[in-house]
Amino acid sequence: MTALATTTMPAAGMREVFTDTMSTALDADPRAAVVLAEISADRFTEAARRHPDRVINVGIREQAMIGVAGGLALAGMRPVVHTITPFLVERPFEQIKLDLAHQGAGAVLVSTGASYDYPAAGRTHMAPGDVALLDTLPGWTVHVPGHPAEVPAMLNSALATDEPVYIRLSDRGNAEPLAEGPKFRPVRHGRHGVVVAVGPTLRPVLAATATLDVTVLYAPTIRPFDSAGLRAAVSAASPDVVLVEPYLRGTSTHVVSDVLSDLPHRVHALGVRRDAELRAYGTAEQHEAAHGLGPTGIAASLRQFLE
Amino acid sequence: MTMTTKPGAEPDYADLPALLNRMAGDEKHSPAAHSTLDVLWVLYDRVLAVNPHNTADPERDRFLLSKGHGPMAYYAVLAAKGFFDPDLLHGWGEFDSPLGFHPDRTLVPGVEIGSGSLGHGLPLALGTVLGLRARGHTHPRVVVLVGDAELEEGSNHEAIALAGRLGLGQLTTVVVDNSSSTHGWPGGIGERFAGEGWRQRTVDGRDHDALRKALTDTRTDRPLAVVAHVTERGVLA
Repeated sequence: MTALATTTMPAAGMREVFTDTMSTALDADPRAAVVLAEISADRFTEAARRHPDRVINVGIREQAMIGVAGGLALAGMRPVVHTITPFLVERPFEQIKLDLAHQGAGAVLVSTGASYDYPAAGRTHMAPGDVALLDTLPGWTVHVPGHPAEVPAMLNSALATDEPVYIRLSDRGNAEPLAEGPKFRPVRHGRHGVVVAVGPTLRPVLAATATLDVTVLYAPTIRPFDSAGLRAAVSAASPDVVLVEPYLRGTSTHVVSDVLSDLPHRVHALGVRRDAELRAYGTAEQHEAAHGLGPTGIAASLRQFLE
Repeated sequence: MTMTTKPGAEPDYADLPALLNRMAGDEKHSPAAHSTLDVLWVLYDRVLAVNPHNTADPERDRFLLSKGHGPMAYYAVLAAKGFFDPDLLHGWGEFDSPLGFHPDRTLVPGVEIGSGSLGHGLPLALGTVLGLRARGHTHPRVVVLVGDAELEEGSNHEAIALAGRLGLGQLTTVVVDNSSSTHGWPGGIGERFAGEGWRQRTVDGRDHDALRKALTDTRTDRPLAVVAHVTERGVLA
């Protein structure tokens, strides 16, 4: 992997790849349905013409959006619910808990606009607590793609089951697709520590670790957590684990602690700050730096923790 | 079970108090103590095409109890109709009983949704209708029961507007109105539905013939709202 500093994305972003893949899936799978709350409805116009009963735009009604998905699942459909992260996960969270999980009804939730993807929009359009919130419910698979080309396999595998799945799309991304299924993939081998880079954090992590003797694991899927992959990496390197997550800092610390509970170990978490609300606009790069998630911030944290 | 009807016959409305008393210990309850009992009985006895033998049939009618609190009447009717053994009623609310103070669809045969937190049933019912329609099941009815106070939850109004605009004739909402809404519904609950494109009927919630007539007064192109007025005549609502 090279050329890590650029912020340009491939021509088709994750959201475009999702809408294209989903439109194709609607043609192929009669159980598939999309539930929207205006956001991205313009990207499903053609699919809605072909499948008027299975592209459902409820208007700006996010509680009904999840409730409708629950009802669709109870009627034997495979609903895919899509909107901007805070309106998908936070606003209707009780509906996710009760209309999906408690009913034993699955759905695929596909968010767009991760953490600080819309920096100029401010706090109302940021939901860095999304994965932590879903982590309070049992059984969710959480995919955090790091590249648009990783999205189709995640969506298609989700459509093939009836389980609850969250796919967290972002405008941030890595230079190339590296996911090979849900397991952690070692992309750099070292002896003095293991860095788990979740989704699009791999780009700054690779820049920050270029001269360090550490193992880097790429994690495109964070739930279920690849316990065996982490243990193997720790036993080959050292039990010093740095978690780099593009959402709320420490979201997966409890899992690492559980996985390594029989080993003396250290764990350090990087992610979106939880100690204060960052009231700033500007660019995603500025927010990344403010949370210590840019190459410079990650490198400084690693040196402090590992040396 | 102790029934007023002869052994072997299907339990009747008159048998419901005995079933209710299995859950209430020594307390004596008339059917009127339960605001939903008459609506539930009429639905399961005279309206819905659902029985213990077709609970997995996609073509069955569905009843969703959104107002999940006070489910004794619901459990009594389900037991009377053979969805589960009436002996289960004795232990309701105990650790290993499938019958909680709010119903859980994964534990109780015949229960279509778990409920308890208010305002979830109507959006679920709407989604169920959309799913049935997408799968080509255009005949099954989906009937959801809400309370007049439960109607305060905003999620209902998202679903009421949407279902009305989509013209979903397979959907029926029964509002059991026991005047428990603190701030009330000036102009009437029925008008809230009518304004969103629903057909609406307002009836005496104890009058079985009137309930049956209203609950079967459907049209294919508009959802139906039945407002069932009841007055509290007992300790349990």
